[in-house]
Amino acid sequence: MSTAATTDRRRSRLGWNLVGLLVFLVAGFPLYWMLNTAFKPAKDAIDPDPSLLPTGITLSNFTRALHIADFWGPVGRSLVVSLTVVLIGVVVGTLAALAISRFAFRGRKIVIVGILAVQMVPLVAMIIPVFLLLNDLGQYDRLTGLIITYLTFILPFTVWTLRGFIVNIPKELEEAAMVDGCSRTGAFIRVVFPLLAPGMVATSVYGFIQAWNEYLYALMLLSQKNQTATVWLGNFTTKHGTEYAPMMAGATMMAVPIVVLFLFVQRKMAAGLTAGAVKG
Amino acid sequence: MSAADTTTPAKVPPPRQAPPPAPKRPGGRPTSGGAATPWLLLAPCLLVLVLVMGYPLLRLVTLSFQKFGQAQLWGFQPAESVGLDNFAEVLGDREFWAVVVRTIIFAGGAVVLTMVIGMLLALLLQRVSGWLKTLINIVLVASWGMPVIVATTVFKWLFDTDYGVFNALLSKLPGVDMIGHNWFADGPQGLAVIMLLVVWGAVPFVVITLSAGLTQVPKELEEAARLDGAGAWGVFRFVTLPILKPIVVMLTTLSVIWDMGVFPQVFVMRNGHPEAEFQVLNTYSYDRAFVVNDYAQGSAIALLTVLLLLGVVAVYMRQMLKIGEVE
Repeated sequence: MSTAATTDRRRSRLGWNLVGLLVFLVAGFPLYWMLNTAFKPAKDAIDPDPSLLPTGITLSNFTRALHIADFWGPVGRSLVVSLTVVLIGVVVGTLAALAISRFAFRGRKIVIVGILAVQMVPLVAMIIPVFLLLNDLGQYDRLTGLIITYLTFILPFTVWTLRGFIVNIPKELEEAAMVDGCSRTGAFIRVVFPLLAPGMVATSVYGFIQAWNEYLYALMLLSQKNQTATVWLGNFTTKHGTEYAPMMAGATMMAVPIVVLFLFVQRKMAAGLTAGAVKG
Repeated sequence: MSAADTTTPAKVPPPRQAPPPAPKRPGGRPTSGGAATPWLLLAPCLLVLVLVMGYPLLRLVTLSFQKFGQAQLWGFQPAESVGLDNFAEVLGDREFWAVVVRTIIFAGGAVVLTMVIGMLLALLLQRVSGWLKTLINIVLVASWGMPVIVATTVFKWLFDTDYGVFNALLSKLPGVDMIGHNWFADGPQGLAVIMLLVVWGAVPFVVITLSAGLTQVPKELEEAARLDGAGAWGVFRFVTLPILKPIVVMLTTLSVIWDMGVFPQVFVMRNGHPEAEFQVLNTYSYDRAFVVNDYAQGSAIALLTVLLLLGVVAVYMRQMLKIGEVE
């Protein structure tokens, strides 16, 4: 009886594994094809019946991608913007997250609703007034304008995520430290901060990725000569057509560092985002 | 900057009134920091949000009641109020309604596909061997982390008319010849491809969140249901799904908000100039503002989009607040 059940289970496991393998192939195919095209000789890329397996490895598409338009300039600007946004966002966001998760005060709920509501305003809806505003302030085509604008979507997200991490740190730990003679600030720095640090790192990295990936504002608020990395990828399409193989090389250069960063923080973030969701 | 000032009172009054009643609060949370501390901690954040978000938001509203074109942008003419003219014009435009219907069908389709595929994959992940689960997870997280612009570029290449691998693969099927097929020749087909791209990008988050939720479903409950004679569907429908409901609601509302707000995917896929039959609400608003140079009408459309989403947002916020209250 029990052996029959195990073989039965084993057989169904095999079936599920076959389905899973199919899912793996289909879901991974766009990624595979990006890498495959990036590393194959450009002439093999424009083949109406392309070979699904690599046809030889070359780096010439990457050299072409680096020459088609300045690459390091946009990357540098993206780095400056994203790092500044994240730095301000995490400092300001941690303070705010502490306020809404560790203090009971009148108006707390309004603040939470406000922060959540701000997060819901579609960025695209805001592009028109932001464009006009920065135009009036003489901040068009300046990185500062972009940084300030990015704060509006990084900040609410940072506050809400950090709040999730803070509520998971037992309040008793702080109280114990305070009983032992720590001030409230001391208790935060010595007890909460070390426990919160991994969450802060994860939130920062995630925020960095968001800022790095943003496209519309970068396109609209900066001119061609100040373009950032996401907009740079548009340089491969000209009136004469698209150079796909170098474009995939460019896409690879853009995606790989971000995906690697993302792989590192994803587990932590998923936990933070859904903290308490099921219990609720 | 008077506009910015008018937004401040809405957020600031509560703290002023706070000090007197605060000490009366019986026990509960530790409030030893004094009633001013939380507001001091919040101040920088609120300041940034009110200044950087509040003012443009207000401007979006005022703009939609004005006449604002190129002449006003360059300051040749002052912006004058035109009342509800912009809204009347937008709402009276057949094209606008076509865009609304298209957006709803597009977003609806994308949300349903995302949630159904996401749920199926999350359930599948529970049933496959450990090594395969790891492999699928890596692929999912990698596609989740892909910058939208990169993903869009890659899909453009996959579905290229002449050299796209998708056409080549389809043509390998007996009796199918899709070489040279242009997926973007007409709206519905092109939007289907864009929907596929959106779903491909959105499914990983849903799978990973649902997988985390599934680990919290008590095994004993499922076992008990099975002993009571429930089939696989019965267990899912009456045990798993009710427990996952808060997560499902959160994910669905988020997906609706995201998929109604699709912009770069359509914009980049159509090389920055989406044709009329590719326009969704966001690209339409952008088009009105920055291509036709009617900033006021663009704002009116953006505002109408926000209003359209308000119901969904309310559901999402209630769910999030519930989560926030528990702790």
